[in-house]
Amino acid sequence: MERVAVIGSSMTQFGQRDGWILDLLAEAGLDCLDDAGVDAADVDHLYVSNMASGEFEGQTGIMNALAQDIDATPAYTQRIDQTSSSGGAGIYAAWQSVASGASDMTLLVGGEKMTHRTTGEATDVIASLTHPVEYKQGVTLPSFAGLTARHYLERFDAPRESLAKVAVKNHANGVHNPHAQFQKEVDLETVLESPIVADPLRLYDFCPITDGSAALMCCPESVAQEYTDEYVVISGIDGATDTHVVHEREDPTIMGGVVESGDGAYEMSGRDPGDIDVAELHDMFTILEFLQMEGLGFAEHGEAWKLVEEGETERDGELPINTSGGLKSKGHPLGASGVAQGVEIYEQLMGEAGDRQVEAEVGLCCNVGGFGNCVITTIMEAAQ
Amino acid sequence: MTMEATRYEDGTISYPGHPRGPGGTEPVETVDLSAYTAEVVTWTTSMATPPGVREPNHLAIVEFDVDGEIVRALGQLTTGDVETGDEVQPVHVDELREPGAGIREPESQKWDGYRFEPV
Repeated sequence: MERVAVIGSSMTQFGQRDGWILDLLAEAGLDCLDDAGVDAADVDHLYVSNMASGEFEGQTGIMNALAQDIDATPAYTQRIDQTSSSGGAGIYAAWQSVASGASDMTLLVGGEKMTHRTTGEATDVIASLTHPVEYKQGVTLPSFAGLTARHYLERFDAPRESLAKVAVKNHANGVHNPHAQFQKEVDLETVLESPIVADPLRLYDFCPITDGSAALMCCPESVAQEYTDEYVVISGIDGATDTHVVHEREDPTIMGGVVESGDGAYEMSGRDPGDIDVAELHDMFTILEFLQMEGLGFAEHGEAWKLVEEGETERDGELPINTSGGLKSKGHPLGASGVAQGVEIYEQLMGEAGDRQVEAEVGLCCNVGGFGNCVITTIMEAAQ
Repeated sequence: MTMEATRYEDGTISYPGHPRGPGGTEPVETVDLSAYTAEVVTWTTSMATPPGVREPNHLAIVEFDVDGEIVRALGQLTTGDVETGDEVQPVHVDELREPGAGIREPESQKWDGYRFEPV
């Protein structure tokens, strides 16, 4: 099977945008075509990662609309919805389309338009992914985070400050990302004194509501070499699920989907956690960065907080995590987030990350849907 | 009114029930959890609640011991004055949140259920 290459990427400004979903998708899609040097007519498959354009905006059929807007017809199109991991699932779909031989050029565009809704409305759209016995209790994704964070801190005797340091780190990284929603540092005191959202977590433990879009161009390695000498390959990718009902998990601090998808991606790539030079993790809430670090083998169970305390995950640390600013600072336009993780790893491996650049040949991204309900882990490597 | 959990062929119990249990086991009977007390595993107070949900919304994951079989549930608390490890009991509420105020179709599910009250 021929390796799948990534030959181009793009990302719109994340934040509060004037445009609607079709505008955002077209912006990222056209920029990605330009970045890759690919003619729209050469796109065989076009995937759109999106969780809820119908619910947020009343706009469906966005994949077909995008195909026409960027002049990619008659490309095959498909919308990929896997809640917050729609972007990662889009990378998986793009990889499958190329690896199977069905497509010689696949454009993946992820996007979401959310900020025109109130926080309560947006929270409810996202919470609609929960099981009926959870939804009727008024459970939100942030409240799952509060429940899990309390359990983690109490069980592992971790200091509350360690979670706040995740927010401080990711905001510091976001300062250097021109596309990030927040390009502003925050200090520990600001995080710890911000308003409570889901006790013990506070406002700065949570990602914002965001508009934005991101894109990647994938093709077989032999085709990539017709376009460029420098590209990235997807060496490992896997997806997995955990219980849909969150409280049914045996251990609330273990996300089985992270463990399973990580194991699959490591096995496929022949890599292990020690080979990873840079990682983008789904820090929708600060506690999720701990759970993914442990699930992916970067830290022992219950000890991720120690690596954060020691600065190991900072940009100049042993394993830089969320150099993009993460969802926390960069923003979280649901369907775009997993694609944007891939964009950051692509740019790091290509040496195009500017002030965020770290030394990296192998990168990983982990995109989490629901509260660990479905997860995609992707490993990318600079082409040798 | 019952807080209906499901027991499967292998003896495990889940709340809610599913058409298949662990290892593909079939459901064999229901168990009314409202007859039991439970222990608070973790809790939170949610201050940013969606339309139709009380604010603040005190929530907990609790653990029932049904004759040696552990089963967990998530639900609202009657008070925010709880600690991990506290013993609680289910109390029935006719409407846990306002049907129709949120995105979900009101007729698609039931809205009554149980809150957990410290014993």
